[in-house]
Amino acid sequence: MSTPRSDRSPWNWLLVIPIVLPLITPLYNFDSPRLWGFPAFYWLQLSFILVGVATTSTVYRMTRRPPSPSASSSSSSSSSSSSEASDE
Amino acid sequence: MSEHITEIVVFTLLFLLVSAMGFVAARWRAPKDMAHLDEWGLGGRSFGGWVTWFLIGGDLYTAYTFVAVPALIFGAGAAGFFAVPYTVVIYPLFFLILIRLWSVSHRHGFVTPADFVRTRFDSPLLALLIAITGIVATMPYIALQLVGIEAVLKTMGVTGDSALARHAPIIVAFAILAAYTYQSGLRAPALIAFVKDTLIYIVILVAVLYLPYKLGGWGSIFDDAAAKFQASPAPNDGLTLNANNQLQYVTLALGSALALFLYPHSITGVLASKNRNVIKRNMSALPAYSLLLGLIALLGYMAISAGVKPLPGATQGSVDSNTVVPLLFDQQFPSWFAGVAFAAIGIGALVPAAIMSIAAANLFTRNIYKEYIRKDATHAQEAGVAKIASLVVKVGAVAFIIFLDPQFSIDLQLIGGIIILQTAPAVAIGLYTRWLHRGGLIAGWAAGMGLGLWMLYQIPNAATKRAHFGGSAFPLEKFGFDTPKTIYVGFVAVALNLLVAVVVTLILRAMKTPEGVDGTEPDDYFADEGDPRLEQARQTPDTLASST
Repeated sequence: MSTPRSDRSPWNWLLVIPIVLPLITPLYNFDSPRLWGFPAFYWLQLSFILVGVATTSTVYRMTRRPPSPSASSSSSSSSSSSSEASDE
Repeated sequence: MSEHITEIVVFTLLFLLVSAMGFVAARWRAPKDMAHLDEWGLGGRSFGGWVTWFLIGGDLYTAYTFVAVPALIFGAGAAGFFAVPYTVVIYPLFFLILIRLWSVSHRHGFVTPADFVRTRFDSPLLALLIAITGIVATMPYIALQLVGIEAVLKTMGVTGDSALARHAPIIVAFAILAAYTYQSGLRAPALIAFVKDTLIYIVILVAVLYLPYKLGGWGSIFDDAAAKFQASPAPNDGLTLNANNQLQYVTLALGSALALFLYPHSITGVLASKNRNVIKRNMSALPAYSLLLGLIALLGYMAISAGVKPLPGATQGSVDSNTVVPLLFDQQFPSWFAGVAFAAIGIGALVPAAIMSIAAANLFTRNIYKEYIRKDATHAQEAGVAKIASLVVKVGAVAFIIFLDPQFSIDLQLIGGIIILQTAPAVAIGLYTRWLHRGGLIAGWAAGMGLGLWMLYQIPNAATKRAHFGGSAFPLEKFGFDTPKTIYVGFVAVALNLLVAVVVTLILRAMKTPEGVDGTEPDDYFADEGDPRLEQARQTPDTLASST
């Protein structure tokens, strides 16, 4: 198992988008253009859900670790080696 | 009552079905030994992707949400739509923060967030404060689930003259719920969630396809709502936000998202999953519920368009706006399908109520009973105490509803969201860094609680003619700013909390006050199922903090 022992990754920064985007009201606080009768305020915010899905699944794919062969949980928490670099 | 007989029969049959499932759940994924808190209170920490999806979905999107959010939209328009940004923001936060809590809890066998705080900051007092905050915030939330059921029962005409007759169906429902939660623990809501969520998805899909067709299309639904808001004298309603409630909208969405993942019941749902990938995958799958919630919210506009008039409330002259969605279903659907819809809401109340009572019981057992009453409690004793605590919590919630005005539960829930937010510095920031001093965290918690409660007390509500606890939108002019803008109370309170925590930390550090010993290792925070832990990246929490 040579995967980095860290959950840090530059990909995580993508998650800032779905956190910040829905909080900027000037982006979506309009009635028009309407889509299928929905004012922009509603369909834009509903579309942010898709942005959230896209970013979390991208980050998940990019930071996924291969499943480990042994299924039992290990409780050894010795901290011997120290030189593993984090990827950030 | 007779005109609702079909609805009542369908409702009762579905209710009995899930009750039977609740009892059978004890044998589902049969545990080696149920007399262990990991089994009873966390379902054996073994749930895979699908179970976790149904469980957390059924947990976060409660019956009250399904009833109250459209009621808000019905009354105020755009401001009620905050539920959508709120549930968009929540998943990246889960992804980044709660995943670390899962890892460290998996390593150390933590069952509650207070367990983590105790080990991380070496402070039983801070852990006790976190546990009590969690229990106090959860209790009214359970009571609110009953408000959801009650709205449905009211619409079906199941009411009585005396308080006892009116509440009899709820008492029976909760007694059954208490019995199978006692027996099956977290497995019961996990199994029932399959039925609940399936029913909800069916009902909502039918509602959003069929009702606009009946009401003349989405465009005309929105136009009807716009016309209503145009005619109403209230200053802050409308199809979009105005200059004065945007800050409130944003801070409420963000604050609610932060509060939601600190609630003990969300943490219980997350800790029950079997590995990190299950959680991460679910963060992409759970937004399906957000879409559902967005559509449910719009039922409020459909109710306007359909001309629904809410039923009278508990006190003379008031209206119970929570009845708008049940009434809409009753009016527009054939009665058998309205029965299915009501069952979806009713069962929808049971899943979160069960998980919340388990979460509160876990907190009591781990952080009060084991910490202060019986330090050498065995696993079997822990499980036994938790089971009884879950009963007590439910009896308390029923008593809330029977003996107090339901409005009181709604007020307490409002307070609950704000006080649970005060655990953020210890729990959420604590997962990243130990820089904050335990003394600073305690001082910050106290300051945030004080300010939050004071601000809530200052908020009047014109609609219900109450001078205090009228909502969570605090007028900034009370701070001396010359503006009609409002802001979410929890947001201000947690900002003060953090500020005090930082200042007191600096002071205590200058005075060289002991900080206690961190019981966790840096690499605990990304441990995973079956991880051999042979090599570790050494990162101190402090370097993590300085780079973000």
